[in-house]
Amino acid sequence: MARISLKDVRKSYGATEVIHGVSIDVDDGEFVVIVGPSGCGKSTLLRMVAGLEVITKGTISIDGRVVNDLEPRARDIAMVFQNYALYPHMSVRENMAYGLKISGMAKPEIAARVARAAKMLELAPYLDRKPRALSGGQRQRVAMGRALVRDPAAFLLDEPLSNLDAKLRVQMRLQIKQLQRSVGTTSLYVTHDQVEAMTLADRLIVMNAGRAEQIDTPMAIYERPASTFVAGFIGSPAMNLVPVTVAEGGVVLPGGTVLALPGLALPAVGSALRFGVRPEHLQAQSPDSGAPEAQASESGMPEAPALTLEVFAVETLGADAYAHCLFPGGSDHPDEGFVVRLPGNTAARQGDRIRVSLDLSALHLFDDTSGRRIGEAV
Amino acid sequence: MSQARTSTRRTIAAHAVLITYTLIALFPVFVVVINSFKSRKAIFSEPLALPSASTFDAVGYRTVLEQGDFLLYFQNSLTVTVASLFFVLLFGAMAAFALSEYRFRGNLLMGLYLALGIMIPIRLGTVAILQMMVAGGLVNTLTALILVYTAQGLPLAVFILSEFMRGVSDDLKSAGRIDGLSEYRIFFTLVLPLIRPAMATVAVFTMIPIWNDLWFPLILAPAESSKTVTLGSQVFIGQFVTNWNAVLAALSLAILPVLVLYLAFSRQLIRGITAGAVK
Repeated sequence: MARISLKDVRKSYGATEVIHGVSIDVDDGEFVVIVGPSGCGKSTLLRMVAGLEVITKGTISIDGRVVNDLEPRARDIAMVFQNYALYPHMSVRENMAYGLKISGMAKPEIAARVARAAKMLELAPYLDRKPRALSGGQRQRVAMGRALVRDPAAFLLDEPLSNLDAKLRVQMRLQIKQLQRSVGTTSLYVTHDQVEAMTLADRLIVMNAGRAEQIDTPMAIYERPASTFVAGFIGSPAMNLVPVTVAEGGVVLPGGTVLALPGLALPAVGSALRFGVRPEHLQAQSPDSGAPEAQASESGMPEAPALTLEVFAVETLGADAYAHCLFPGGSDHPDEGFVVRLPGNTAARQGDRIRVSLDLSALHLFDDTSGRRIGEAV
Repeated sequence: MSQARTSTRRTIAAHAVLITYTLIALFPVFVVVINSFKSRKAIFSEPLALPSASTFDAVGYRTVLEQGDFLLYFQNSLTVTVASLFFVLLFGAMAAFALSEYRFRGNLLMGLYLALGIMIPIRLGTVAILQMMVAGGLVNTLTALILVYTAQGLPLAVFILSEFMRGVSDDLKSAGRIDGLSEYRIFFTLVLPLIRPAMATVAVFTMIPIWNDLWFPLILAPAESSKTVTLGSQVFIGQFVTNWNAVLAALSLAILPVLVLYLAFSRQLIRGITAGAVK
């Protein structure tokens, strides 16, 4: 068990820098998930911690020891790979024991550790099989077992669940979390799946284009995303992010309607903003009525700001339905699309107008050019 | 229905072509083997007839085993082939690993340089090679042959093996590194077992020309003690008289060891292919 600390870590391939200075502190026993789209540098970062990639600048230390120039084997870490990387010509037992054998551990100790890991992962019946005679989930568990037997200072997991089918993934997700809790080993976990990230992480690092956009607990990131990128990446379906301009006491929505936002500190009139609200934080007032009635019922709740939207598609998922809407009078540019969560049995259809109210506490405002969060709009 | 019939017809056609080719390819070998068991007169009167009770004669084999030191020739051939094969596979695989695994300046150029040998026949350099061997005091030794054949086999080996090495999962090597394996261990215990089918292919391609070669044994090692089988059989071919019985018997015998080697490698080949198929 150990702390992992990255200080202004950079990575360049030739003249192109791909990691632009990442600083992270992972506490002892913490489960930290690095999440981001493909190509954001999250796997490269993990491989740098593992010692598989050279660090161009900055320092990485594990348990207070700078490991920049240490070989992977000297870093006391274990890694689980996306395609498991099991040794195909060795049995499950040999796969798990190989690293220990290389390090010169005594045979009875190796056998005991393998037996313990096999028991934890329910692999005991398969110990003498070759990896190719195992299912995907079993291979995944062997890969976990290989990491577990080494009892390392830290686990590094590189998208370990991506090759499993959806059902197994949920199952393994729980198992990994329980396993990490029970052994208490510091873990760094890389994924592009935001559900995995939210459910597994003690703390979440959202990466974009070689930078750590935000580092916080999953809920804090969900509730207070630091930038439009984080806001759009975390949460499913993604947060609605509509371009607006500031007017007196409110904002001008696409289509020209002014939305009054009383009691909110807004920047200077005329500045361009991104107005963010999650589909699940919108309340449909009269979801199924036609346009004229929606206008009439407006005066019902003067407190909460409300918007009128035009439905152009409805996706039904069972429990919920997502209505993809546009602003009446606005363009159909993808930026101006607005998703509203409705009950699964909604009668809203294409062409309907719906009126939704929004909770001021669940409103996010971002600077349009920098994409950074502004104000204390919590 | 019609599709099934078409595919049957296609299968038959494919097999017909393959069988025809096999017959053509095996015919010379067949003629050599049957005639090696016939008397000299029978060879000339009916070259294509099978040996019968009246025409059977093992005089060729007797001549071969009595005259000359064929056991030694076989031993020489086998030593040269196996040793060259070993070095070609070892160094070829090592070079291929370096080329495919490590990023370094001039990697591509080095690869091209190593592959250039496929296009330039080594025999063009015979005179220079002979001068070098004379200078090095290696004439009439098996070492000379092994060195030349290793050089001859390496380009193709590097070329084929580096392609296969690129196909070996990077994560597997990374896993090895994290498990604390040295680069040599990764090469020998992880990568080599995985490219065994490719190694078998290279082995077969390398082995046959070495075993059959007459050129370099004749030039570099014609002494009695270092003769190979192909060179040894030449004593029976004279300018005026050729002892056909002995030549055919020697050739038939020469097929055997290489056949055994080939079978050994081709089993590996098939095993590798099927292992890959079921993953």
